[in-house]
This record gives sequence, structure tokens and C-alpha cells, in this order.
Amino acid sequence: MATHEIILAGFGGQGILFAGKLLAYCGMVSDKELSWLPSYGPEMRGGTCNCHVILSDEPVSSPLITKPTILFAMNQPSLEKFEGKVAPGGFIIYDSSLIASGVTRTDVTGVALPATQLAHEMNESKLANMILMGSLIKHTGIIDIETVKKALTKVVPAKKPELYDVNLNCILKGMEN
Amino acid sequence: MEEKVLMKGNEALARAAIEAGCRFFFGYPITPQTEVAAYMAKQMPKIGGTFLQAESEVAAINMVYGAAGAGARVLTSSSSPGVSLKSEGISYIAGSDLPCVICNIVRGGPGLGGIQPAQSDYFQATKGGGHGDYHMIVLAPCSVQEMVNLVKEAFDLADYYRMPVMIMGDGMLGQMMEPVSFGSYKSSKELAEKTWATTGTKLERKRNIINSLYITPEELEKLVVERYKKYDTIIESEARSEEYMCEDADIIIAAYGTIARVSKTAIKRARDKGLKVGLIRPITLWPFDKKPFEKYSEKVKSFLTVEMSMGQMIEDVKLAVSGKAPVEFYGRTGGMIPTPEEILEKLENMMGGER
Repeated sequence: MATHEIILAGFGGQGILFAGKLLAYCGMVSDKELSWLPSYGPEMRGGTCNCHVILSDEPVSSPLITKPTILFAMNQPSLEKFEGKVAPGGFIIYDSSLIASGVTRTDVTGVALPATQLAHEMNESKLANMILMGSLIKHTGIIDIETVKKALTKVVPAKKPELYDVNLNCILKGMEN
Repeated sequence: MEEKVLMKGNEALARAAIEAGCRFFFGYPITPQTEVAAYMAKQMPKIGGTFLQAESEVAAINMVYGAAGAGARVLTSSSSPGVSLKSEGISYIAGSDLPCVICNIVRGGPGLGGIQPAQSDYFQATKGGGHGDYHMIVLAPCSVQEMVNLVKEAFDLADYYRMPVMIMGDGMLGQMMEPVSFGSYKSSKELAEKTWATTGTKLERKRNIINSLYITPEELEKLVVERYKKYDTIIESEARSEEYMCEDADIIIAAYGTIARVSKTAIKRARDKGLKVGLIRPITLWPFDKKPFEKYSEKVKSFLTVEMSMGQMIEDVKLAVSGKAPVEFYGRTGGMIPTPEEILEKLENMMGGER
């Protein structure tokens, strides 16, 4: 595995930190070096929220990402804020239900997915994050679905095991797109 | 091999304290270290320990004073403005030769400041904070794993030297999650029984008295001088740092905690461009490890201190380098974090100025 430096960003409440945690646990179950750094403070409660996840074979130096190789954007301000920072050759996936503009750079790969709309159609309006994550996994190939399944058992709260299937279905839905 | 778990720095800090035998936690919530108290509130009752949310930081540190006096392993944690409030109590604890561990998960200041990461409490931690001639041992972890190991060691150092030990992190380290294992720390110190503790004489021994008030100046001076002999031993035997790529370096960065890691990324990029840069990462902020600076001060072109402050540790770096090489500074403050790009630009400017 090369080093993947992933910034996930969106509104507080969209499950940005949860999606980042899933990636971090993917690193855990496959014995990678990793770090998970959240934004904290008032942004968690409705403002913009982001999370830096690094997965690598090498020990992680700076946990702070300034040149992400992957951007996972769930709202307009996030795409605007981070698009310019993505490393050349990098990958951007964004929720086109909530982001009217697209990726303007030509030296990165941009993938649009109407994740929020798909989530509504599935009656899982809170899980657009997992749909987008499924699509990210499919397009980048940074982790395989078996790893994701193992990681998911770790991030779903022990008291709510039924959420495993719900989340997994959304990830699988995202992988179709 | 023991299985690793994924934990926030703050939670790992709390768990490590419990594993070190800490059974008393007194604190008052403040961002960005509230998870420490939350973890303690959940776990302490399960193991017969005490979690108490005090009415203020001042109350919390005085509860620490009491528990430490009774010989317990005790922790308090806070963030910058809260540690200012605790400073009076810390001075009393130091003046009474009591062991305890205090964590400062630093945020931007002065005043209420902000809640984002900072290192602007270096002076407070290493040069006083409270009044009087005293020191704390100050440990500065740079990863969640090192946080665990140093918290465990902090309790041993506190008991061994009978003095307060501070763990100094920042909001980034407190909030971030990394894989961590809890079994790797082994104590290297033989700890004496706490015969000085005020546990009740049961009419079987002389009273123990814990006190920091000495009206006779001759008596107080003697005590302080004795304490400074202990500090000399600590300076001699506990000062510690990590060296990274220093052997052939033209510039050596001095940085601690998370900023040392950001600096490492800058160093890798600098080396890709052919710039020979290394890092000295102080692990103990007090005592400050002068040796590596002395070792390299005549070999390097210059030092660069990088901090999340307007420049505090740089004074210790300059004292250690002792005028033998220039010491430059790059810092961000108020909750802003220096980026690898900014550090690299500073390095390039420093090298460019040479040509």
C-alpha cells in the first residue's frame, strides 16, 4: 500500500468523522500505520467538519494533511476549500446532490455521485456518507470490501448491531455507482 | 503480540493512568481534554476509584494535593486556562514534595484564547507557572503510543522523586486517534514505600506532617537548596530526546510533540530536494536535554526551532547551543498549526541565504 492521505469534509451531522473512523479501522484490521485527526469544537455541531485520515506502510509523520491524495467532499464549502489542495494525480469524490459545481481541476480525477439522493431513495437519509464511501472504495481500490466488512464490525456501536447491515447495504449501493 | 486498539490521545492518557494504578481523578471540564474526564467518569467507579468533577480547577488541584499527601496515585488534567488556575496548587504540591501527575492538553492563549492546538504554555510548564523556586518534570509525547508510555512513566517518576510531573500535549494529540498497545511500558525504577504519607498514625508511629510553610528563612533556604540537589540529579539522569537524521545535517530542527512530527514530514521533503536537515525532539521539556545540541552545535550551519507559539522553547535551545551556531525560529500561534510546506519554505530560505 502506498501512503493514502485522505481528507473527508462536510457539514456536522453528515457522518464525516464516522466515515473517517471506518477508513481508520480498515487500516487497523489490515495492520497498517494510520492516524485519524478530526476537526473539533463548534464545527461538530452543525458547521463545517473535517477529518484527516492517513493510511500507510510507514509510520505516520505529520497527522495533519496539507496535500491530500484523496478528497471526500459532502458539501459545497468543503469542495471549494480543499479542491485546490489535492495533490496532482489525486482523486476527488463528492456528493453531487449537495454540490452544484463540479471539479474544475484537470490534473485530478473527479467522481460525482448523488449520494444524498440515493440515500433518500433507500430510505436511509442519514447514510449518504456510506454510499459515497462505497463509491470511493470502488473507484480508488485503496481497500477491498472484505476489509471494509471487518472494519465495520468495529465502528458499529456494540449496542446497535443491526446498524451493521444497514451501513453495509449503503456501502454496497455506493459500489454499484 | 498484544492487540492494538484505536484510541484518542485523551482516552489513551486516561486508560494509561488507570493502568499505572491511578485511582483518584479530580478535574473540571475544558476543551480539548474533556475526554480524559469523560473516560475517568465511566471507568473509575468500575474499579473502586474516585472520579470527582470539582467546582473549579482550583478545587481540583487542592484535592490532588490532599490525595497525594495521603500517598495515592492521583491525576488531574486540564487545558491552558485551567492549568493557570491550578498553578498556585502546583507550587504548594512542589513545595510539599508530593508526587502527582498533571496533564495540560494545550490550547491557544493567552486569556481564554481559543480551543485549537498550541504550545504556548512551554514557559508556564518549564519555568514556573506557580511561584517560588521549583520545577516539575515535564514530558511531551508526540504520538498516542508515546502518550501511554509517558503517562505510565510519569507516575513512577513522580513517586520516585516525590514531585509533580506534567504531561504536556496539545489539542491535536488529545483529539487524534492512533493504534496503541498498552503492554509495552516496563518500570525501571524501584519505588520506596510512602512512609511520609499522612495516612493516620494508628498511634504506632510519629505524626507525618505535609506542609509548605516555613517562616524561618534559614530553614526554608535549606529545604529549597536540598530540593535543587534533587533537581540536579534529575537533570543528570532524566533529560531525554530523540534524534532524527542529525548525523549529516546542515540544519537541525528543534521541535517537540506533534510539531516534531509535522517537522519530520518537512525534513523528508527537504531531503528529497537535497537539503540535509535533521531533527532533535526533546521528550523531556524539563529537564531540557542539552547534550544533542552541544554535540551538533559545531557541526551544523544553523538550528531552526519550530513551535506552535511565538517562540518559547527557543530560549532553551539557545542556552544549549550557547552561541556556537545561529538559532532561527518559525512558529504559528493562536491555534494555527505550522504546515510542512511552511517549514520547508523556511528551510529553503535559510539555505538560500547561504549561497
